[in-house]
Amino acid sequence: MTDAATPSTTPGNPASKKGSLLVTDARTKKRNNAEKRFRAYGITAISVGVIFLATLLYSIVGNGAGAFTQTFIAVDIALPEETLDPEGNRDRSEMSRVSTFGYNPLIQQALAEKIASLNIETEVPEAAFGQLLSPGAAAQVRTTVLNNPDLIGQTVRFDILASSRVDGYFKDRVSRVSLLRDSNLSPAHLDIVDELRDQGFAAKKFNLAFITGSDASESRPESAGIGVSMIGSLAMMLVVLLLSLPIGVAASIYLEEFAPKNWFTDLIEVNISNLAAVPSIVFGILGLALFIQFAQLPQSAPLVGGLVLTLMTLPTIIISTRAALKSVPPSIRDAALGVGASKNQAVFHHVLPLAMPGILTGTIIGLAQALGETAPLLLIGMVGFIASNYPDGISAAFMSPNSAMPAQIYEWAKRADPAYYERAWGGIIILLGFLMTMNIIAVILRRRFERRW
Amino acid sequence: MHTSWLLIVLVVLAGISFYLGRSRAMQSAGGDMRQLHSLPNFYGWNVALASLVPAVVIFALWQAVQPNIINRSVVSMVTTEELTGGALNLVMSDVRRIANGLDAAISRGVMSASEARDLSVGDASIRQQLSAVGTVVGAEVSDNVLLAAQRYRAMTATGSLMQTALVLIVAVAGALYGLRQTNRDFRARVSVETVVRAVLIFAATVAIMTTVGIAFSLIFNTIKFFNLHPASDFLFGTTWNPLFRGGSSLGILPLLWGTFYISIIALLVAVPIGLFSAIYLAEYASPAARSIIKPALEVLAGIPTIVYGLFALLTVGPLLVSAFGPNGFLGLGWMRGGSAVITAGLVMGVMLIPFVSSLSDDIINAVPQSMRDGSYGLGATKSETVRMVVLPAALPGIAGAVLLAASRAIGETMIVVLGAGAAARLSLNPFEAMTTVTAKIVAQLTGDNDFNSPEALVAFALGTTLFVITLILNVAALYIVRRYREQYE
Repeated sequence: MTDAATPSTTPGNPASKKGSLLVTDARTKKRNNAEKRFRAYGITAISVGVIFLATLLYSIVGNGAGAFTQTFIAVDIALPEETLDPEGNRDRSEMSRVSTFGYNPLIQQALAEKIASLNIETEVPEAAFGQLLSPGAAAQVRTTVLNNPDLIGQTVRFDILASSRVDGYFKDRVSRVSLLRDSNLSPAHLDIVDELRDQGFAAKKFNLAFITGSDASESRPESAGIGVSMIGSLAMMLVVLLLSLPIGVAASIYLEEFAPKNWFTDLIEVNISNLAAVPSIVFGILGLALFIQFAQLPQSAPLVGGLVLTLMTLPTIIISTRAALKSVPPSIRDAALGVGASKNQAVFHHVLPLAMPGILTGTIIGLAQALGETAPLLLIGMVGFIASNYPDGISAAFMSPNSAMPAQIYEWAKRADPAYYERAWGGIIILLGFLMTMNIIAVILRRRFERRW
Repeated sequence: MHTSWLLIVLVVLAGISFYLGRSRAMQSAGGDMRQLHSLPNFYGWNVALASLVPAVVIFALWQAVQPNIINRSVVSMVTTEELTGGALNLVMSDVRRIANGLDAAISRGVMSASEARDLSVGDASIRQQLSAVGTVVGAEVSDNVLLAAQRYRAMTATGSLMQTALVLIVAVAGALYGLRQTNRDFRARVSVETVVRAVLIFAATVAIMTTVGIAFSLIFNTIKFFNLHPASDFLFGTTWNPLFRGGSSLGILPLLWGTFYISIIALLVAVPIGLFSAIYLAEYASPAARSIIKPALEVLAGIPTIVYGLFALLTVGPLLVSAFGPNGFLGLGWMRGGSAVITAGLVMGVMLIPFVSSLSDDIINAVPQSMRDGSYGLGATKSETVRMVVLPAALPGIAGAVLLAASRAIGETMIVVLGAGAAARLSLNPFEAMTTVTAKIVAQLTGDNDFNSPEALVAFALGTTLFVITLILNVAALYIVRRYREQYE
């Protein structure tokens, strides 16, 4: 510190010259203030970081929680035999000849009756009542009837998904003002909705279909779900786990236990630390060129996604596995070698089991990274189509086109209807739920099984 | 179906070999394990590997080569007319579909094997018969396509038969060779461990192969691009305007500018916040505070980038517009839309905070305590010690950390795809939408592209640029960090 050498800047003050410890002179004050300021910078920086984190979490939860509830309207629908099962023998294949067009009038009529029975006066024409309900309502009723043929001939109460505009009204996304320029719903509809709500026939309920369901077309945000892309993500993670764990562990064992120190192992090491920092989109390009262009694997298949993510995750797994192997003390190896084990036996029988918790922790963290990765998936075509069906069978889960959770979220974020934004945030809640679970498992593994030598 | 059966047979053979090898070894030692050089299981493994490894290698090679050979000989049958590239591919896929359809028809019993062989175009019912087993054939089947399909079937059948025979012979021969080797003095453990070692080395080279794969896939397609499009336009052009009719101007400069501009803003956010947090955590915070704050900041690093992208698009963008937009509460009217350089830069900065802070934290902690103690001993305050002693000592390491963060920022995709906009322009205004190299790679490669137009291939040239820039940054950063670590170890 140069301050000690320079003469005091306040020569007029005799107290500072004599240097009483009880009186703080101007210079000391200045230095103490600088100290305080410096501390304050640090605290400010941390608070800014924490505030960012809090804002992020707040906007995720605040915007996404709504995706887990959905507005349903209770309608008593008469299911006449003559239109739904003209032959009258409850044969599924014959009944399925009646398409959703056959069900639409029934729903229309039921809704009109309901509105009439509640004495709601409205200027909305009866033909436009259907706009209150999701365009998928007929399909919902039809599926239920086909699965339970006994319902035919009765009047059954269905909880039918409300259209996304009505749902938006319940969630304060849609107002009468915003509907003035909307062709899908008129402000007058909302008067009916208000009445229905007051009478208890329209309410927000927990919507399991968001978690288990499939994606829907652009016009039906209310029935879109993330279930199918979850299967896609699961298939990809299986591929990543089955490939990157054995390859990564084998590579780390070689590099840590066997490799001689020469240019070749140096090259591998530099390579691995480099690959860990290569932008993920470059891995996407690699996947596109290698697996799709060259090897002719199907586009959008979870298998290809898994292969790309494997290459991306390998460096992470190798780095953490090597750290785990390094933390096993040499005395273990020496003891094994001393009683006659070969080098291989020492490593596989003694070092590897002891390093296993560390390896698993690293693997889980690597998998969590891979699960959230989006950019490479865009290039191998896992976006841009509607993942509307569950894969039929195990090989289809890997080979036929599917989406993945982050890709599905991206897809929703890009759609024009703001109702999809809520879905995207909701999808993020689910994705973060998975990531958090994986990280917690990793932490528990580390706490419980990690040995300190 | 046939290949999986073959593999199952190989595994069974290996199992039998294992058993035979083990018992032969025990026999040669007279049932006394101590007479053997290695443990009995090693003898078993040795024979099993001798049977399995060469057979699998041959199987894989055959599997890779056979389609090529067949294709080549069948192509000569259908190319009576001039067919090139895509058209030829279409015809060949027709051939393959018909061949597979005929196979399916036979296995379902729609046709008998001899019927399928003698089929001619005259029968005219091929399409119906094939569609009965779920094979849809587009155009009316022409004479030589059908002939080619027949030839294809015949060659595939012979090929697989030969493959099966050869693989099985090699497997049995390998097992016999392994058995012949087996006696009580044979060093089975050494030979098994050699194979294990080879597997380990192979796994270690996957990293190198990945890099080579990246390099090749980038370079080949980039060369293809430069054959179709002038390099001077790509490297020095100042407009980016891809047109699907051709005649696009594909200048990289506006994209590079957008990339660097956004990265600079991100670093301006991340470096001060990250660095000061790291200093506070390393020098001031109590262990209890540290154990809460450090993981909390690191949560930011574990959040996927798609989340940050959405955060930029739906939260930060509208927030900034409400401040700087035309009707914003600051009344400035600087921003027209939520997608802008500042939006992406700000959010990317948040993403990079934990990156800078945890790396710097490690580096500051690595500065020896004796240096601090020396400084305190001379009467310096804590902040003076940090500024005059610790930071200068840690500077190279921190520089490395910032370089790594910069490489992250340049390669980041989702935030800019969702938050920065799509317009490529050279401008200094941070409130305008700009685009980056990564965003344009995504834009040019998503959707239906053939990989033969310069508009799609340019993505590979962009990827090469990105790869080279980040590679240089990474290598420099790793070098600096490594040097620095050695200095204090």
